[in-house]
Amino acid sequence: MNIVVCIKQVPDTKGGVKFNPDGTLDRAAMLAIMNPDDKAGLEAALRLKDSVGAHVTVVTMGLPKADDMLREALAMGADEAVLITDRRLGGADTWATSSTIAAGLRNLDYDLVITGRQAIDGDTAQVGPQIAEHLGLPVISYAEDIKVEGNSVIVKRQYEDRYHEVKAQMPCLITALAELNEPRYMTPGGIFDAFDKEVTVWSRDDLKDLDDANIGLAGSPTKIAKASDKVRKGAGEKVALDPKESVDYIVGKLKEKHVI
Amino acid sequence: MSLEEYKGVAIFAQQVDNKLSSIAFELVGKAHELASDLGTDVTAVVLGKDIAGLAEELGEYGADKVVLIDNPELETYRTEPYAQALAAYINEYKPEIMLVGATAIGRDLGPTVSARVQTGLTADCTSLEIGDFPLQPKEGVEQKHNQLLMTRPAFGGNTIATIACPDNRPQMATVRPGVMQKLPKEAGRKAEVINFNPEIKVNNRFVDILNVVKNVATTVDIMDAKILVSGGRGIGSPENFKILDDLAEVLGGTVSCSRAVVDAGWKPKDLQVGQTGKTVRPNVYFAIGISGAIQHTAGMEESDIIIAINKDETAPIFDVADYGIVGDLNKIVPALTEALKAELAAK
Repeated sequence: MNIVVCIKQVPDTKGGVKFNPDGTLDRAAMLAIMNPDDKAGLEAALRLKDSVGAHVTVVTMGLPKADDMLREALAMGADEAVLITDRRLGGADTWATSSTIAAGLRNLDYDLVITGRQAIDGDTAQVGPQIAEHLGLPVISYAEDIKVEGNSVIVKRQYEDRYHEVKAQMPCLITALAELNEPRYMTPGGIFDAFDKEVTVWSRDDLKDLDDANIGLAGSPTKIAKASDKVRKGAGEKVALDPKESVDYIVGKLKEKHVI
Repeated sequence: MSLEEYKGVAIFAQQVDNKLSSIAFELVGKAHELASDLGTDVTAVVLGKDIAGLAEELGEYGADKVVLIDNPELETYRTEPYAQALAAYINEYKPEIMLVGATAIGRDLGPTVSARVQTGLTADCTSLEIGDFPLQPKEGVEQKHNQLLMTRPAFGGNTIATIACPDNRPQMATVRPGVMQKLPKEAGRKAEVINFNPEIKVNNRFVDILNVVKNVATTVDIMDAKILVSGGRGIGSPENFKILDDLAEVLGGTVSCSRAVVDAGWKPKDLQVGQTGKTVRPNVYFAIGISGAIQHTAGMEESDIIIAINKDETAPIFDVADYGIVGDLNKIVPALTEALKAELAAK
């Protein structure tokens, strides 16, 4: 079985957020990690490799420095890694990103495609289902559990107040929740091997069936009108009183605001 | 694509088990406001099986038209038949704006449909308005009017971006539940009901639902509560939530919690407020023993009044609280409950 896992290098939000003058994110200026939902997706693929046997390929679209993350994936146990990188692809929204990654996947053999549910930078949860749409695959989002049975997958699909146990024919695409599993660590041997392995690098010219009208900033239907650090309503009053006075203070405010 | 052909504001009126979700009414409320700015009307689109009975309520909450797509394939949510139906609606009726709730259904349906009809989609919006794009006139760039400006948080709430979709239609957004206000119910207000029956073709993308397993029902939805008494790791133990239960009871409120409490297994996930939980905007939000990480405040900072009690005076919750009390929650909360009981008894 061939499994392709789409992973994304994301800025660690604890490192602070920086913008380019055009309002897009300045990813180069921030610390980078493997997106948590994607890492859970990779772990799910590696567990299928351990249990039923699979060839696992990780694919990312990003800056050249995403090589670091791909080698981390190799060190965890992925067999192959592909980096799609090209200036012409920069500034892409979810439509342009999914069009591009789908074109990359057309170069690969896959029975199962796994993406994370959403990345911690954009939080959109759109790229996974949109890749499935471009490739004409069944999609199961929000996977809490994944099993393979013959030519099918059986997935626990999470909703707010329930889950569905869903069966899909492969090839299909699944989006993984971080709750799916606890990703393994890299092994020392794996780290050693990962730095000897080749990471395949594709530019825009290696991607077939992809219209220039659908890539990069210009090929993105959504446009940023403005972006900024969040303006918060300022802090209100803060008091340090003894318990009795604290209670009087709260009761007073609740009365003043006509809550009681 | 001729942009002018697209008219009207449409919303996907989500139903589950043939009951309309709260987000359906919230979207109708917001759509009503956008439609009056544009001088157009609001259409609610309902997908399901045996759903004719749902039209009336949507009319009473502000929908001008209700389009029903009633088909056995739509009984329980599955991506492909729902995407076929909603894409067919868009292609036939050509709304200029299409809003979908950012629910576990909408965040799957929205991206699939937007890719299918080849337009943009902005995720998890918290504010929508009609305006110009670009916002300010720019030399050499046509400034388009009457555009949907979609505002959303990103980076776990650290940043906020306003996004437009100037060259494609419909302009699509998913909207975070609990943020938009529904309109007051107007008994007897009627929507025009349209039955639309597009063909739904079974293909390789259909999945089989083997089992539907509902979580043990929680009695209340924290998103509907007017008063929330929310506890964090600082409560110390699941047993100690009793003092919050008591405070909530005297105020007619509901107990909710932070992610740390859910992760510790003290409370179920459907009581969790925040980025990975629910967005709430009650009249009063008590944050008790909650430090106030940005992932938490993203889900509650729109509350009308925020009262925080925490022993750590540097806790970030005090940056969003209207009234912050630095002190021992174990002493303050039980005393507050008693004081409120006395106050309310005196009335």
